[in-house]
Amino acid sequence: MLRVTLKGMAQRKVRMLLSTLAVLLGVAFVSGALVLTDTLGRSFDRVFSDAYAYIDVRVSGEPVFEVDELEGPPALTPVPDDIVARVAAVPGVAEAIGVVDVEGARLIGADGKTVPTFGPPQLGTNWLGETELVQLREGRGPQAPDEIAINAGLADAAQVGVGDRVGVLTREPRQEFTVVGIFEYAGGRESIGGAQEVSFTDATAQRLMLGETGMWSAVRVTAESGVDPQRLRDDVAAVLGDGYQVHTGEELAEKYATGLKEGLRFFTYILLGFAAVALFVGVFLILNTFSIVVAQRLRELALLRALGAGRRQVIASVLSEAVVIGVLASVLGLAAGIGVGALLAAAATSFMSLPLAGLGVPVTAVVSAFVTGLLVTLVAAVLPALRASRIPPVAAMQEAATPDRPLTRITVAGAVLLAGGVGLLGAGLVTDTLWQLLVGVLATFAAVALLTPMVARPVVNAVGRLFSWSVAGTLGRLNAGRNPRRTAITAAALMVGVALVSGVNVILQSAKVSLDDAVREAVDADLMVLGDMSGATLPTFDVRALERAADLPGVVATTALYQDLALVNGERTYVTATSDFTGLARIHRPSLVAGELERLGPDQLAISDHIAERHGLAIGDPVTVQFNRGEPHQLTVGAVYEDGSFPGRWMLPAGVTPDMTQPQPFMGAVLLADGAPVEPVREQLEAWLADSPEVTVTDLSGFIAQQAALMDMVLRMVQLLLALAIIIAVLGIVNTLALSVLERTREIGMLRAVGLTRSAITRMVTVESVVISVFGALLGIVVGSALGAAVVNALAEEGVEQLALPWASFGIYLALSAAVGVVAAVLPAIRAARTNVLAAIAHE
Amino acid sequence: MTTRTTAPAAVSAQDLWKVYGHGEARVVALRGVSATFARHTFTAIMGPSGSGKSTLMHCLAGLDTPTRGEVRIGDTSLAGLSDAALTRMRRERIGFIFQQFNLLPTLTASENIRLPLTIAGRRPDPDWFRRLIATVGLGDRLHHRPTQLSGGQQQRVACARALITRPDVVFADEPTGNLDSRSGREILRFLRTSVHEHGQTIVMVTHDPVAASYADRVVFLADGEIVDELTHPTAEAVLDTMKRLDTGAVVEVA
Repeated sequence: MLRVTLKGMAQRKVRMLLSTLAVLLGVAFVSGALVLTDTLGRSFDRVFSDAYAYIDVRVSGEPVFEVDELEGPPALTPVPDDIVARVAAVPGVAEAIGVVDVEGARLIGADGKTVPTFGPPQLGTNWLGETELVQLREGRGPQAPDEIAINAGLADAAQVGVGDRVGVLTREPRQEFTVVGIFEYAGGRESIGGAQEVSFTDATAQRLMLGETGMWSAVRVTAESGVDPQRLRDDVAAVLGDGYQVHTGEELAEKYATGLKEGLRFFTYILLGFAAVALFVGVFLILNTFSIVVAQRLRELALLRALGAGRRQVIASVLSEAVVIGVLASVLGLAAGIGVGALLAAAATSFMSLPLAGLGVPVTAVVSAFVTGLLVTLVAAVLPALRASRIPPVAAMQEAATPDRPLTRITVAGAVLLAGGVGLLGAGLVTDTLWQLLVGVLATFAAVALLTPMVARPVVNAVGRLFSWSVAGTLGRLNAGRNPRRTAITAAALMVGVALVSGVNVILQSAKVSLDDAVREAVDADLMVLGDMSGATLPTFDVRALERAADLPGVVATTALYQDLALVNGERTYVTATSDFTGLARIHRPSLVAGELERLGPDQLAISDHIAERHGLAIGDPVTVQFNRGEPHQLTVGAVYEDGSFPGRWMLPAGVTPDMTQPQPFMGAVLLADGAPVEPVREQLEAWLADSPEVTVTDLSGFIAQQAALMDMVLRMVQLLLALAIIIAVLGIVNTLALSVLERTREIGMLRAVGLTRSAITRMVTVESVVISVFGALLGIVVGSALGAAVVNALAEEGVEQLALPWASFGIYLALSAAVGVVAAVLPAIRAARTNVLAAIAHE
Repeated sequence: MTTRTTAPAAVSAQDLWKVYGHGEARVVALRGVSATFARHTFTAIMGPSGSGKSTLMHCLAGLDTPTRGEVRIGDTSLAGLSDAALTRMRRERIGFIFQQFNLLPTLTASENIRLPLTIAGRRPDPDWFRRLIATVGLGDRLHHRPTQLSGGQQQRVACARALITRPDVVFADEPTGNLDSRSGREILRFLRTSVHEHGQTIVMVTHDPVAASYADRVVFLADGEIVDELTHPTAEAVLDTMKRLDTGAVVEVA
C-alpha cells in the first residue's frame, strides 16, 4: 500500500512540492528562531565573560529596586569612598579600587551628533591606568579634568583621534574634553561587545557620572593569589553587612548575560509569530492539496476499495502521504531555519557590533522542527483522509462525477464556530486574557474559512464583473465561481494574512488618529524640544536653553519634562517631573479634579484621578518618592487632574530631579502669545540648543509623529508578516489553478478549436487567479477591520476613542493581491495556453 | 475524384500525407489523400478504426498539420498559416461538433451557442439566430446550463454553436457517438436540414452506417487512403461497402 502511495506522489511532484514549501516556511521560522536565540545568547555570554574576566569580586550598593534591560540603564546606587578602605582591610584582598562604571556618557562625534549604539552601553568610567584588560593603543591616560581616553571602537565611530577636542553629554549638559588616549582591550579588541567607553579622571568621572564626589559606582576587588573568589565574596559580604551587593566576576557575567537574554525573547516571539502565521496558512494549503488529490484519486481509491482495501488502509494511504510531506518539510525547513537563524544572528551581532559566537543548533530546534512539521501536515490531511475513506467501491465503476455537495453543513459549522470565536474574543478583550484572544482569533479565521464557500459565488461574481468586458475575462470570472469550496479555501489562505495586517492597521490607525486628536486637544504648544534615543539613555538637553527662552518676546510659557522609575509609596512606577507647574498648566490645559496647579509648593505633587482612586489618595495626603539613589522625598498631593490630560500619572516638582538617573529633561515645550511670530523664537532656541545634539526643535505635528513612530514600526513589522502570508497564498493559488487547468483540458481545447487565441486563454486563467486573490484580500480586509474594530472598541477606555479605517492601505492591499493573482497565474496560464487542441478534444 | 460539382469547393485536400514518428515507430496515417468537399453538401467520412479518418478531418480543419500536401478552405490555403491566423480561421470560417458535446458548464445553452461570436466580438444576426434556435428546438431550455440538459439537447446546442457563425464548413466528429439512436436521428436530421435548407456545408466523421446514410455522399478510408465512395447512400449500401472493406480492403487497394 505504501508503494502505491509513493508512486502516486511521484506523479504529483509539483503539487506536493508546493505543499511542502508551505510547511517548510513555517518550520524554518520555528527552528530559525531557536537557532538565533541560542547563537545570540552564547555571543552575549562570551561578551560578558570577557568583560568580567579580570574581576575577582565586585562590591556595589544594594539598589532600591532593580531595573529591567528594556526599562533603561541598570539601577545605580553609589557606594561611599570609605567602603573602599573597609574592603581593602578584609583578609585575602590584594587590592580594592573604587571604580566609576556608569551608563550614559554620550560622545559627540565629528559630525556633531552623539555616536549611537543600538543596545550596547555608553559607559563613563574613571581611568585606572593600564590593566590586564585595558591597554593604551595611542597617547596616555587622562590626568586633567578636561582630558579623556576613549576605546578604539568609539574613536573609530566618532572619527576622532588623540589631540581632538570633543563634547560629551553626561548627567551634565555638554562639556568639552581633549582626547589624550585611545585604548583597546585584551586581545587587541576595539570594543567589548560594541560598548562605548569614555574614561575620565577619578574626580571628573564621579562628578559627571555619579553627580557627587567621594562616591563610586562599585569597588573592584582583586584576591590575593590562592584565595578563592567565592570565599572572598562571602568574607567581604560578612564585613560590609546589609546594603551592599557582593558578586564574583563570574556571577556578574552570568547575571548581565541572563538579563540580556531575557530581552532576546522579544526576537524569538516575533519569529515564532511569523512561524505561527506561516503554519496556519500552510494548513489551508495542505488541506486544499489533499482534498484535490483525493478528488483526483477518486477512481483509484474506489478501485483499491473494490479490490478489498479497508477504510483504514485508505486513510493510512492518504496520511502516509502527509507523513512523507511532513518529514520532507521538516528536514528542509530545519536546514532553512538554521540558515535563517545564522543570517539573522550575523545581522544582529554586526548591528550591535557584537562578536558572533559559533552557530548553535539546539536540540529543541530539531525536535520542534519535526514536531511542528509533522503535526501541521497530519492535522491538515485528516479531513481529506476521512473523506477518502468514505468513497464507495462502486465509484470505480461510475463516471467520475462529483456533484456539488451542498454547503449547508459547513455553513452551519462555520456559523457556530464564528459565534464561539467571536464570543471568546469578546471575553478575551474584556478580561485581557491572552489565550482567549488568540484562540478566539484562530477560531474566527477558521469559521470565516468555513463560511467562505457560501459567499464565494456572489462575491467572486461581483469582483469578476470588473473583468467582464472581454470574453476571456467573463470565462475567467465564471471559472473562479465554479468550485466554491476550492476557491474559498484558496482565498482563505490569503485572507488570513491580509486580515492580520488589516486588523493591526485599523488598530494603529485608530490609535494614531485618537492620539493626534488627544494631543491637539490636550497640548497647546508652538514649539517642542524632543529627540530620538541613541542608546539606552533618554535623549536629554540643556534645560538652561528653555529657561532663557522663557524671557524671549512673545513666549507665554515653557516647561521641561523629566522621567525615571521610582518607588512611590512602595510601588515601582514611572514618574514624570516638570520644571514649572504653571507653564505646564498653560501648555497642557489639564482638566483639574481638585486643587490648583499654580499654587503648588516645592513639596507638592499632582496626580491623575485614576491614580488617586487606585491608591486612595486625596489633596493633602503624603506621598513618599524614592529614586534608586538619594534619600526619600516626602511630598503631599496638591492637585488631582483627569487621567490623560498630563504627560504622566505622577507629576513631581523640579526639586526631585537631581536624584533621577538622568537629571536632564528629555522633552520641552514652548507656548507663544497669539499672533507672536514663531520663527525668531525657534531660531534662537535652536542656537541655544546647539550643544544638545540629541534633540531638535519641532512643532506639535513633529511631537505627534514621534509618538506615532513606534506604531509605524509595529505596522512595518506586521506588514512583513503579510509578505510571508502572501508567498504562501501564492503557492496555494498556483496549486488550485494548475489543477483547474488540468481538469479543464478538454474545455480549453474546445475553446481553442472554436477560435479563442492563446493570449485570450492566458488572460482567462489570469482573471480567474486575480478574482480569487482579490476575493481573498477583500475577505481579509473585512474580517481584519471587524477584528480591529472590536479591539479599538475595547481600547476606548485607554484613549483610543476613534475608529479610523486606513483606506489607502486597504487600496494597496487590494492592488497587491491583484498583482499576486497575476504572478500566481503565470505558470498555469502558460500551461493552459500550450494545451494541445487535438489531444484535448479527441475522444478517448 | 469522380464527383465534380460546378459550385466552388468549400474544402479541398491535395495529396495529403501524415506521418507520425520515425524509423521503427513510423506510422503513416494518410497516404496521399486528395478530396474535394463541395459547398452546400453533407459528406460523411467512413472507415474502420485506424483508417485515418480522424486524422484527415483534423488536417482539413486546421487542427493538425499534414506532413505533405495542401488543404484549402475556400480560396485560402492553410499551409504556412500562423497559430493566430489558424485560430482566426477556425473562429470565422469553420465550425466544430464533437462527440463529447464539449459545452462550457459555466454558460447557459444560449450563451454556449453564441460563444464563437462572443469570442470574435460580434453580435449574432438576429434572423439567423432565431431560425437556428427554432430548428434546434430547445424552446424554454435555452437558459438552462448544460448539466440540466439531456445528451441529445446538449448536442443540439453544440450543433447550433457550430452553425451560429455561418461557417464555410462544419466538421462533425462522431456527433452521434455518445447518443441513443433516437437523439442521434434528431441530430442527423438537423444536420441535413441545415445543409439543404440553410445552405451549410458539413463534413462528418462516423463509423455508423445509419449516420452516414443521412449524408449526400460517403467517402471510405482504409489504411490512410480513399478507397471508395457512394453518393446518395442508403444504410444498406454503406454497410455492404464497409463489410467489403473489412474483408478485402487491403487486397483491393494493393
